[in-house]
Amino acid sequence: MTITRTPGISRRSTLALMGAGAMTFAAPWVARAQAKTIKIGMPTILSGRVAQLGTSSRNAVMLEVEKANAAGGLAGRQIEMVIRDSKGQPQEAARVARELVNTDGCELLLDGEASSGSFAVHEVARDLGVLCIHTCSEASSLTADPKQHIPNAFRCVRQGIHDSIVGGSYAAAIARAKSLKKWATCSPDYAYGRDTTGEFTLYLKRFAPDVEIISESWPKLFQPDYTEVVTKILQAKAQALYSCLWGGDLTSYIDQANIYAMFGQMEVFAVNMADYTALTVVKNLPKGIHSGNRYIKTFPTTPENAAWGDAYKAKYNEYPTNWSWQNATAVMFLAEAAKKANSADGKKIAEVLKGLTIKCPFGADGTVTMRGDDQTLVGYAIGWGTTIPQEPYVPEIKAGDWKTIFELEAEWKKSKGFT
Amino acid sequence: MTVSAAFAWLLAPCRARCNESAPVDLDALAGCLSSSACLVTQTTSGLIIGMLLFLVAVGLTLIFGVLKVVNFSHGAFYMFGAYFAMTAYQLTGSFALAMLAGAAGTAILGLIFERVFMSRVYGADVLMQLLVCYAFVLIFDDVVRIIWGPEFRSMGMPAAFQVMPLFIAGGVVPPYYLLLIGVALVAAIVLGIGLSRSRIGKVIRAAAHNPGMVSALGINTGLIYGGVFALGGMLAGLAGALAAPVRSLTPGMGFSVLIESFIVTVIGGMGSILGALIGALLLGLIRSFGSLGFPLFTEGLMYLFMVIVLVSKPTGLFGKEAA
Repeated sequence: MTITRTPGISRRSTLALMGAGAMTFAAPWVARAQAKTIKIGMPTILSGRVAQLGTSSRNAVMLEVEKANAAGGLAGRQIEMVIRDSKGQPQEAARVARELVNTDGCELLLDGEASSGSFAVHEVARDLGVLCIHTCSEASSLTADPKQHIPNAFRCVRQGIHDSIVGGSYAAAIARAKSLKKWATCSPDYAYGRDTTGEFTLYLKRFAPDVEIISESWPKLFQPDYTEVVTKILQAKAQALYSCLWGGDLTSYIDQANIYAMFGQMEVFAVNMADYTALTVVKNLPKGIHSGNRYIKTFPTTPENAAWGDAYKAKYNEYPTNWSWQNATAVMFLAEAAKKANSADGKKIAEVLKGLTIKCPFGADGTVTMRGDDQTLVGYAIGWGTTIPQEPYVPEIKAGDWKTIFELEAEWKKSKGFT
Repeated sequence: MTVSAAFAWLLAPCRARCNESAPVDLDALAGCLSSSACLVTQTTSGLIIGMLLFLVAVGLTLIFGVLKVVNFSHGAFYMFGAYFAMTAYQLTGSFALAMLAGAAGTAILGLIFERVFMSRVYGADVLMQLLVCYAFVLIFDDVVRIIWGPEFRSMGMPAAFQVMPLFIAGGVVPPYYLLLIGVALVAAIVLGIGLSRSRIGKVIRAAAHNPGMVSALGINTGLIYGGVFALGGMLAGLAGALAAPVRSLTPGMGFSVLIESFIVTVIGGMGSILGALIGALLLGLIRSFGSLGFPLFTEGLMYLFMVIVLVSKPTGLFGKEAA
C-alpha cells in the first residue's frame, strides 16, 4: 500500500511555520516589554510650609534612583519616578496615590507623606494591592498596630517610639546626674506632638522616677508667636524642658526663648533640633541644647555617611534632611530586593523585603533591616547629643542601644494591645 | 452629684485625651496675679503680642475706614515687610536700614497694588473684592517662594539686642521687646494725632465720609486712597520687619496674623484706630494670662471674647453705628 501525498505544505508544517512566524514577530515585543521602564509613583509635600521636607525627599530619591539605574535598575528595568505634590493634605495624597497607579501606570509607590497623609495612602495601598513603602511617617501605630497591617506595605522611617525610648533614657541619665526633677514640656498640639511627648515622658519617668512634669504647653502647629509659652515656662521655674517642635516652629521658638535667656536657666531637650533644616537657619543657636539625631553627616561617624551627605550637598547645594535619608534608604531596599527576587514585580519584591538586611550608610552598624513581623525599619543610627553653634553642630552623639529599644518596644506594644 | 464632681466628671475624658494636662488651672492664674514678677512678665508678654497685632490691624482698619474695602491680602504686606527687612539686614548688617526697608518697601508695594489693581474694584461687589484679594494672597505667596525659596528663613537677632533681659520687679523683660512696644506706641500716637489734628488727616477723614465732596473741592481722592493703602501696607510691613528677628519667615506667614487682625478689628470696631489699639492689647493679654489659667482654651478665649463683644455691641467696642 502506498501513501499518496498531495503536493504543497502539510497542515502540520503550516502550523509550525505560523508558530515560528509568530515567535519571530512577537520576540521584539516581549523584549521591549521586559526592557521597558518601571514607574514608581511618589506623592509628597512639594508646596506649603513643609515643602522643604518634600523637596529633600524627592532629591534623595532621585540621587539613589540615578545610582540604581546605573547599576541596571530594578531587575533590568530602568526606574522612572513620577512625583506629585499632595500639598500636605491627606485627601489629596490619597487621590494622587490612586491616580499614580490607575492613570499613570505606576507599579510601586513610595509614600513621601507626613503621618496624616500616610494613613490615607496606606488605605489606597490596601485597596489596590500595590507595593507601598512609607518613607516619612514616624507615627508608630502605622506599622505597630496589627489592624494597620497589610502584606504589601512597609515603613522605611524612624519611629516615634524608638526615639522616645532612646531620648527618655538619655534625658533620664542627665536628670539623675544634674538632679533635674522639675520638667516642662512644649510641643505642637496635634497627634505627633502629643504622642511623642507622652512617650518621651513615659520613658523619662521610667528611668528617672523622681521627675515631675510641672508645666505643659501645646502651641498650635505653625503658631507664629510663642511669647506667652516662653514666659509661662519661665514662671513655672522648670529645671528642664522637653520639646518636639520642629522646622520653622522650632527656630521661632528658639529665637523667642533666646531673648528671655531661657537656655541659660534650664536644660533644653529638643528632639528635632539636630536636623540641618533647623541647625542652619537659627542664627544664634545656643550651645548645649540636647537633641536626637535626625540627619547629620557626622552620625553615624562613618566615611560612607559623610560621603553621602557631601554628595547630596554637592548636587543640591544644601544639606539633606531627616526625610532625605529615609527616602534614600527606601530606594536602596527596593534595588536590593529586586536584585534578590530577580524581578520588579511588587509581590515578589515584598516577599524578599520582609526581614531583608542591607548595607546602608545610615545603619547603626553599617546595615539596616526591614523587620519581618511588622514590616518596619530597624537598626538605623539613633542617638542624642548636644549642640554647638557651628559645624558639625552636634559634635558628639551618644548612640542608643538597639537591644534595649527592642525590649522596651515589645513591652510598649503589649501595653497598647498590639501583641 | 455635686457641682465640683460634675465638673471633674466633664473634664475626665479631656484629661485622658490631653495627656493629663489640666484644661483649667485657676490656681496658676491666681498665683500669677498675686506675684509681681509673674504679673510684670505676663503683662509685657501680652503687650508684645498686642502691639505687633495692633500694627497689622490698624492698617487693616484704616483701609476699611477710608476705602470701605476689607483687604484680605493685608497679611501679605506683613510677610513682605519681614522678607524685605531680612534681605536688607543681610546686605547691610544695619538693623535700622532693615526696618526702613521693611516699612518703605511695603508702602511702595501697597501704593502700586492699590493704583493698579484695587482701585479697579472699589465699586464692585464685595465678593469680587474678596476674590481679587484672595488671588493676590496666593500670587504674593508664590512670588515670595520664587524669590526667597519655599523653606523657612530666619533673620537673626541684631547683636545690639543679644543681651541679658531686664529684670523689673522680678519680672523678665527682653530689651528688644521694649523697643518693639515703643515703636508701636509711637506709631499709634503719630497716627492718632495725625488723623485728628493735621490737615492731611482731616482730608483723609473727609474722604472717608464723603469722597464726592472732597473730589469736588479739587482734591485728588485717588492720591488719598493710594496714600492710605500705602500707609496701611507700611504699618503691616513695619510689624513684619519688627517680628523678623524673632519669628521664622515662610511663604504664607501673613495668613495667621491676618486672622488675629480681623479678630482685633471686629472687637475694636472696623475703622477705629483706638479700637484697634484696645482690641489688640486685650487680645494680647488674653493670650498671655489665658495660657496660664486656660492652657487648653487660650485660642478659644479670644474667639469667645469676640463673640461676647459682637453680641453685646455688634459694631465693636469703638465702632460707630452706620448712618
